[in-house]
Amino acid sequence: MKRDYYEDVQLFTSGVIVFWFCALMVLLALFPFLVKNYYVYVANYVAINIIVVIGLNLLVGYTGQISLGHAGFFGIGAYGTIFLMTKAHLPFLLALPAAGLIAAAFGFLLGLPALRLEGPYLAIATLGFGVTITQIIGKIEVLGERQGLHTPDLVIGPWHLNTDQDFYYLLIPLTVLLTLAARNLIKTKVGRAFISIRDADIAAETIGVNLVLYKTLAFAVSAFYAGIGGGLYAFVLRFIEPELFSVFMSVMFLTMAVVGGLGSILGSIAGACLLGWLDLELRNILGIPYLGEWLKTLSQSFFSLTGVSNIQLIVFGMILILIMVFEPLGIFGIWIRTKKYWKTWPF
Amino acid sequence: MIDFLQTILSGIAVGSSYALMGLGMVLIYKASEVPNFVQGEMALLPVFVAYVLLESYGLPPYIAFPATLVFSIFLGCFLEFAIIRRAKEPNVLGLIIITIGMEMMLLGLVSWKFGADQRAMPFPISSYDSIMIGDIFISTLDLLTLVVALIIMLVLFLFFRYSKIGVAMKATQQNENAARLMGIKTNRIRMVTWGISSFVGCVAGLLIAPILVEPYMMWDPMLKGFAGAVVGGMTSLPGAVFGAYIVGIVEHLFGGYVSIEFKSVVAFVVIVLVLCIRPSGLFARHYVKKV
Repeated sequence: MKRDYYEDVQLFTSGVIVFWFCALMVLLALFPFLVKNYYVYVANYVAINIIVVIGLNLLVGYTGQISLGHAGFFGIGAYGTIFLMTKAHLPFLLALPAAGLIAAAFGFLLGLPALRLEGPYLAIATLGFGVTITQIIGKIEVLGERQGLHTPDLVIGPWHLNTDQDFYYLLIPLTVLLTLAARNLIKTKVGRAFISIRDADIAAETIGVNLVLYKTLAFAVSAFYAGIGGGLYAFVLRFIEPELFSVFMSVMFLTMAVVGGLGSILGSIAGACLLGWLDLELRNILGIPYLGEWLKTLSQSFFSLTGVSNIQLIVFGMILILIMVFEPLGIFGIWIRTKKYWKTWPF
Repeated sequence: MIDFLQTILSGIAVGSSYALMGLGMVLIYKASEVPNFVQGEMALLPVFVAYVLLESYGLPPYIAFPATLVFSIFLGCFLEFAIIRRAKEPNVLGLIIITIGMEMMLLGLVSWKFGADQRAMPFPISSYDSIMIGDIFISTLDLLTLVVALIIMLVLFLFFRYSKIGVAMKATQQNENAARLMGIKTNRIRMVTWGISSFVGCVAGLLIAPILVEPYMMWDPMLKGFAGAVVGGMTSLPGAVFGAYIVGIVEHLFGGYVSIEFKSVVAFVVIVLVLCIRPSGLFARHYVKKV
C-alpha cells in the first residue's frame, strides 16, 4: 500500500528487493568467471538487445506509438560511434553518447510526422524511415558504403578492451544504468505524460499534456536508447555493414518488446533475454543435441539442408503467434498471473 | 518525350502488381482492421505451389494456375480461421504482431524447403517478348499484368456492387453489430474476405514469378503495395489502386531521371510527404476521433 508520492518513486520498495538486486549484481559481476567464453558473448548480445528493447518499450508500450524503424536508429548509433571515433578522434565514452544524441535527433525528426499519424500510417512511415536510412548509409563514402566498417581499437583510459570479458564489464554497468534510468523516467512527470498519451491522447491534451513535446520526446528518448545500443553492438561484432540493419532487425526488436510484455521494463528484459538467446542458439540449429539430428533427417527427406537455418524464422513466428493469441501481455503477463496465484495460494 | 512515355509506361506496369497487393491489403484492413504483413507470403506460398506443380509434376499451366489460385483462397481462409479469429482481446498492435508472426512462419517454411536459390518459373509467356505500340515498347508480360490487374479491379467492383456476398462484406465493414443483427455471419464473411484478398495477392505473385522466383520475391511488392494503399487512404479500394500506380510511376521517373540508386526508397519519401499533408491518405475521409 503506497501512502505518498515518495514511496511511489523510490527505487527499492522493500528489503527483499534490495536483497535480490544485490544478489543479481553479484551474479552479473561473477558471470564471466562461471561460464564459457561463448556465453559471455551471448550475454553481451543479450545486454544490447535489452537496452534497445527497453527504449522501444518506452515508445511502443508506454507512449503507444508503433515503430518498425528502430534498426535505423540502431544503425545510426553504430555508424555514428565509429565515425566519431575514427574521424573526429573522440574517446569512446564521448563518442557513444554523442552518437546516441544524433540518433535522438533523428528520432525527434521522425516524431514530427508521427504527431499526425497513427496505426497503419505510422507503421509504414517508420518502416520507410528504417529502409531509407539503411539505403542512404550504404551510399555514403566515409561510412564504407556497402563494404562496411571495421571498429577501431577500444581504449578507455589505461584499459584496452580486447576480449568479450573486458567488454562485458563495460556493457553490463551501462545496461543496468540505462534500465534504472528508464524505470525512473516512467515514475516522473514525463513518464506519466507518456502513459496518458497512450491511454487517451485527446484527454491527455485536455488536462494540459503538451502532445507535440511529449510525443517527439518519446521518439527521441527511444531513439537515444537504440543509438546507444547500436554503438555498443558495433564493438560486439567488430565489423558492421548496412545489410545488418534491415527491416528484419526492426521486427525482431518489436517482437522482443511484445513477447516480453508491452508497458513493462521487466518484460522488456525477459523478452530480450529469451529471444536474444534463442536467436543466437538457433543460428546453429543442427548442433543442438538430439533435436539437431532429427531435424537433419527431416530436412533431407522433406525439405532442403541449405535452408535449414530458416527454422529460426518458423520458431520465432510460432512464438509470436502463440504469445499474442493466448497471452497478449507477454511473459510479464504470465509472471504477474503466476505471482498472484502463489500469493493467495491455498485460496 | 518517347523516353518519358516509356518510363511512365513501365511505371504503370510495375504499379499494376503493386496495385493488386495494395487491393489485398485494403480488403483485409477493412475486414479485420489490421495492416496485413502476411499479404506477400500469402502469395509466396501459392507461387511455390505453382512452381512445384509445373516443374516437378509437369502439369500444364491451364491446370496448375487455377489449382494454385484455389489453393491461395483456402490458405487465406485458413489463416483467418485458425489464427486471427483465435486472438484474445485483439488490439491493432497485437494483430500486426500476429500477421508478422504468420509472415515469418510462411517465409521460413518456404525458405526451408527451397533454400535461397533464384529460380525461373516456366511460364507460357516469356518475359523477354515485347510488342510495339506506336513508338513505345511494352513487354508482353507487363501488358498481361496491366490487363489482368484491370480485369480483377473491375470484377472486384462488380462483386462489391452486385453480389450478395459482396454487399454482406460491405455491411460487415461498415457496422459489424448491425450486420450481425441482419443475419450476416460476420465471422464467415471475414474469412471469405481473407480468401479473396489472398486470391488477389496470389495473382500478383504469379505475374511477378516469370521474372524471379525466390523466397524474398514478394517482400518489395508487398511494401510498395502497402505504401500505395496508405497513400490512397487504406480504406478505399480505388484509392489503393491509384496510390499504387503513383508509387510505381514516381519510382520509375525517379529511377530514370534522378538517381537509380535510391529508386526503391523514394516511395517511402513520397508516403511521408503525402501523410504529412493528409494524415489519412488521399482518398479516405479524415476520421476525427471523439473522446
